[in-house]
Amino acid sequence: MIKRRYLLKLLFAGSSAIAYSLLFPVKVLARWNEAAYAAENINEALSAYYPNKQLITSNKINITVRPEIENGAVVPIKVNTDLKNVESIAIFVEKNPNPLIANFDLSPACKGFISTRIKMDGPSDVLVVVVSDGQPYSTSKSVMVHAGGCG
Amino acid sequence: MSAIRVRSHLKDGVAIVEAIIRHPMHTGFGVDEDTKEIIPAHYIKLLTVKHNGNTVISCDWSRAVSKNPYFSFMFEGASKGDELELSWIDTEGETDVIKTNLE
Repeated sequence: MIKRRYLLKLLFAGSSAIAYSLLFPVKVLARWNEAAYAAENINEALSAYYPNKQLITSNKINITVRPEIENGAVVPIKVNTDLKNVESIAIFVEKNPNPLIANFDLSPACKGFISTRIKMDGPSDVLVVVVSDGQPYSTSKSVMVHAGGCG
Repeated sequence: MSAIRVRSHLKDGVAIVEAIIRHPMHTGFGVDEDTKEIIPAHYIKLLTVKHNGNTVISCDWSRAVSKNPYFSFMFEGASKGDELELSWIDTEGETDVIKTNLE
């Protein structure tokens, strides 16, 4: 009896997993880390996004961003890294209402490079986290912003 | 017409891809000039680029990616004519997809 129940349970679990995978948008959206994106301070955002990981400061990450920005609505930012086996590159703005701005998961074919444009609410440190071989490494740069761009 | 524009450049098997997507990326803090009402948050959450059917980059974004998002990345093992497919989904469940070939 126990065996049969176990089998049924297994069967049910299997079929619901298949049904779940058919719900494309739901499955895709599950990858969006709600807790990390809703976090209102940098430490909360980092621990939600990199659970049980300790960030290591690295000089192998280069952030290209102007030190002084007139309009925070459009802040061009470029990230280059010499770290090997890069799995992801994420951008955080410490003083934004929600510090996690964007994350890029890179396949092994990708170079350690990303360029984009972000919004900054005011002067803040911009923190970039690169995950390499499962370990998050970070570096930050201070940016002066004259007019906040989160409106 | 798709609201996605993709430009690619090949050099020694490395593709440099640049994409711009027409999207308001509303943060939920902005106010409509005419109605004086707050514009609800509306932004792209996830974006994926596939190279010949395989995912090369997948992005998860917040509302703090600038309006009409721009991003660029590079990947190896690319040849002229390879297929590139970019798709996104936003907070309203709206999606868009574009297929192009590497130039």
